[in-house]
Amino acid sequence: MNDKIFRIILYLAACLMPVVCGGIVYALVTDAFEAFNHFGFLNFLTSSEWSYTDGAERYGALPFITGTLLTTLLALVFCIPFSLPVALFVGEYFKGTRIAEVLSTITSLLAGIPSIIYGLWGFYTLRPIIMSLNISPQGSGILTASLVLAIMIVPYAASLSAEFVKMVPDDLKEGAYSLGATRAEMVRKVIFPVAGSGIFSSYILAIGRALGETMTVTMLIGNTNQMPGSITETGNSMASIIANQFGEADGLRLSSLIAIGLVLFLITAIINLIGKYLIKRARIA
Amino acid sequence: MELINPILEFKKVCVSYTKQTMAVKYVSAQIERNSITAIMGPSGCGKSTLLRAVNLMHNLYPNIHVDGEILLNGADILTMEPIDVRRKVGMVFQRPTPFPTMSIYDNVLAGFTLNGIRLSKNEREETVESCLRSVSLWDEVKDVLNKKGTFLSGGQQQRLCIARALALKPDILLMDEPTSALDPIATKHIEELLLQLKNDVTILIVTHNMGQAMRISSRSMFMYLGELIEYDDTQKMFSDPSDERTKAYLTGKMG
Repeated sequence: MNDKIFRIILYLAACLMPVVCGGIVYALVTDAFEAFNHFGFLNFLTSSEWSYTDGAERYGALPFITGTLLTTLLALVFCIPFSLPVALFVGEYFKGTRIAEVLSTITSLLAGIPSIIYGLWGFYTLRPIIMSLNISPQGSGILTASLVLAIMIVPYAASLSAEFVKMVPDDLKEGAYSLGATRAEMVRKVIFPVAGSGIFSSYILAIGRALGETMTVTMLIGNTNQMPGSITETGNSMASIIANQFGEADGLRLSSLIAIGLVLFLITAIINLIGKYLIKRARIA
Repeated sequence: MELINPILEFKKVCVSYTKQTMAVKYVSAQIERNSITAIMGPSGCGKSTLLRAVNLMHNLYPNIHVDGEILLNGADILTMEPIDVRRKVGMVFQRPTPFPTMSIYDNVLAGFTLNGIRLSKNEREETVESCLRSVSLWDEVKDVLNKKGTFLSGGQQQRLCIARALALKPDILLMDEPTSALDPIATKHIEELLLQLKNDVTILIVTHNMGQAMRISSRSMFMYLGELIEYDDTQKMFSDPSDERTKAYLTGKMG
């Protein structure tokens, strides 16, 4: 009897996850329906107007999709030169040593810092630097948000790719050394190709994290609703426009925000699924 | 027996993993040019450790210390750059280690690409063909040169690794139990191959297969607990070992 109750509890708990996930998707889809219906799905995605004048409401997601993709892509570009050396340091050059342990502990500490703190740091430390370098007059913008976003995803990319660097068999490394390779050559010709798909998937997962990051981006991106003309200009990401406007929005505008949320959800889900699939494949190989 | 022109000479070679434990103790021996020399002994006797000292593999691990002298054509390799030594001293490992992301073709040429040496297309084609021919693999793989090296059978992979080592035209080929992961037929292939290769290269092979040592080597070392107990002509050692421990090992009383 006891056993039966326990089983029922397990089943209920297990069913809850798909129910919650399905519920979120259902709510997003029903609430976004008005916007998609009014503007048309494709038109909504490709229009760059965002005006809430009464009677002439026009909402399009393109500036925000652009903002999200641009900040994420830039963050990835800035993140690679830091995370790849850390991965090699921990996973190869100082593998198993005390100093590698200390470094990976600090790296994972960075991953645990709440995003509001990154936002504060970016706002009060990085933004003035950007201003004093005359990169942009107001200091905030796509570039500033991307730089802080890059620092935030370094721990994810670095610790995961370090795992794949570590997994390269010693046999293969010694094989390369026995042919007279230097360490740098061995890293380039053996570790990178062999651990490559794993390292790649680490970055995909890091991207998944950058896409949805809200607080830091909202604090640093400048929150303007036009298409950004260059990376030093201000803009909005999908997450930051929602965070900025959900409180004051209703009707068609709220529905449009939720539609943006649905698109963001889909993009993030797809990126994460691809990342997880690649990681699984890299682990087997 | 003193050789006139040994290719390799160990002089009081010691290898230690920690300060207290020595894995190889004061080994002195001369290796004859263009011959196969076998190193035998029970597990943990230091035979692989001694072999790996010859291409400075121990330099990769900072805790391991090598003392004494190892003379390659009269020059002490312990004072040389590891990279230069490893180009003259090839190595084949217990498990076949073709680089999994490289094709068969690229695996043969790996020694050049890893060293940043550029070959012309003709040189590359010639090297690949002659090296694969010298390990009798050419006919089996000439139509699939672009497939990955890991696509081959274990014995073929090991021959590919030998070809890869030979491509750099080494003076010595070190082999660390190269057939222990292979089936008997593949093993026979490799043994026949080694007998052909000794005309071009000196082979130093670690094996715990006594039959293999007897079939292919002209001289044999027997090591026990880090010491070189006996070093003699293989025929002589197998028929009339001078040390009790060698006799015990060869007759299966000690393994």
